[in-house]
Amino acid sequence: MKTLRLFAHYAVLILAALIVLFPLYFTIAGALMTDAQLMRFPPMLVPQELHFENFAKVLDAMPLIRQFFNSIFVASAIVLGVLVTSVLAAYVLVFLNIPFKNVIFGIIMLTILVPTESLIVPKYLILVDLRWINSYPGLIVPFVASGFGIFLMRQFFLSFPKEIYEAARIDGCGHLRFVLTILVPIVRPALGVLGLYTFIGSYNMYFWPLLVINTPDMQTLQIGLQALNSSESTQPSLIYAGAAIAIAPMLVIFYLFQKSIVRGLTSGAVK
Amino acid sequence: MSARSLLARHIRGYSVRDMAVAALFLLPCLIIFAAFVLYPLGRTFHLSFFSNDLLGRPVHFVGLEQYYRIVSDPYLVGVMGTTALFLAYTVLPGIIIGLGLALLLQPKIAAIGVFRALLATPFAFSVAAAAVVFNVFYRPGIGLFNGLLQQMGLPAIDWLTSPNYALGSVAVVSIWRYMGYTLIVCLAGLQSIPDELYEAARIDGASSWHRFRYITLPLMTPTLFFLLVVSTIHSLQTFGEIKLMTAGGPVNSTTTLVYSLYKSAFAYGSSDYGLASALGVVLLLVVTVITVIQFRFLQRKVFYS
Repeated sequence: MKTLRLFAHYAVLILAALIVLFPLYFTIAGALMTDAQLMRFPPMLVPQELHFENFAKVLDAMPLIRQFFNSIFVASAIVLGVLVTSVLAAYVLVFLNIPFKNVIFGIIMLTILVPTESLIVPKYLILVDLRWINSYPGLIVPFVASGFGIFLMRQFFLSFPKEIYEAARIDGCGHLRFVLTILVPIVRPALGVLGLYTFIGSYNMYFWPLLVINTPDMQTLQIGLQALNSSESTQPSLIYAGAAIAIAPMLVIFYLFQKSIVRGLTSGAVK
Repeated sequence: MSARSLLARHIRGYSVRDMAVAALFLLPCLIIFAAFVLYPLGRTFHLSFFSNDLLGRPVHFVGLEQYYRIVSDPYLVGVMGTTALFLAYTVLPGIIIGLGLALLLQPKIAAIGVFRALLATPFAFSVAAAAVVFNVFYRPGIGLFNGLLQQMGLPAIDWLTSPNYALGSVAVVSIWRYMGYTLIVCLAGLQSIPDELYEAARIDGASSWHRFRYITLPLMTPTLFFLLVVSTIHSLQTFGEIKLMTAGGPVNSTTTLVYSLYKSAFAYGSSDYGLASALGVVLLLVVTVITVIQFRFLQRKVFYS
């Protein structure tokens, strides 16, 4: 009876996994089929032979390498910015005794609560005034400070033993030296969580780059996919190949760093 | 007085040096927040009281007219209805699916870690990648989904081209992509329930339904409530799926609040910044109300425990 129930449990799990993973499976399978095979009836679900040339063709259809570089560059720059600004701000909020600390913390929390979509018009107009439309600063600068990042760092710093801080200060350790040589090495796992979380979010960003960028060579990969979607509409194999390339780095990161990602995602949820 | 001795001073018990360091450390993030959150926040309210001149500059003060349009123009009233319908399609179904999968993944049996990773995978899909892939699945005629339906002897569905189905088809993609997150949060909630409670219930002969109803569900309430709030806000902000799959159509059946905001400000050179800003204020107010309710509820939870 018990083995039967266990067997049924695995059967349901496998069925659920098949349904949930089907779009991922078919993105990869479709990227390896010809368009004729993809339009066949009844639908072909398993590629007969592997057509890797689709990946070469998609390189011709869009400036994919350049856009891939744009995505990675923009996401990395944002991660670097967020890590620096979050550590510095959270350090002040946790360790320093200054006036109006609660007001500053309130402003930071406010930035988390405001949905960015509601501010999109004035943000766009600011970018026009700064002449940052269609530029890397336009894609990067608005995101290099994150209320969530400061909040997350603050949570980690709060559990940092105050005695170590006081001892270091009495020994004459300066603020910046304390941050760089003692605090950062100790909270490295937390930085990893924040970095991953920020990288995934920035790499997958869609709304903002859509507004800010207007030439193909400045587009990020996510916006590049859109061109594939409209101009190559008769070639589903290229859409699958493009999407497969776009998600590949995220899949690698997701499986490699799953524990850290889960920690980052649940840090706001379950306390 | 030299800079050195100035820094060594104290004002009202605060060290001048500490305040200088704090200002320096906070400066980068405060500049960004001022330029890209606080100023735009004020400017959104300000712009919502204006309409454009012929060159697209918002110069005519019109008071509350933009807000009046939102409650009286049939198109915009329809947009609010579509937004509500989209929430109904995505929020609760998404949470129920996430909780269901998390319950399946709860028992500590062999290879469960593999299944946990596999089922959370949609999280790795970007909005854009998911939308373009599902676009091909949803194609009329030769599309994969209709091919599979026909093979099973079922009639084809106009997934994205019928006003009756388009919003639901977009909701499916949205739920699927967000499922990884819902699942991960539910699993974390389930893992915080002590095993002894289940052991005790089992010894008392409680059925699995009773264990779910009287242990899992009550102890999961804070997690589920958190998810309700977060998913609602997330769903309200849905943009990429709609832009890439239906562009708000057919006949505006997928034009939600955020998409109509985008359309009135940026699509077809319309540049109706006044209306877009008023819609932004509406979105802001809805999200704020939801968040305030969450805080009040969570405070009560703290009180009870």
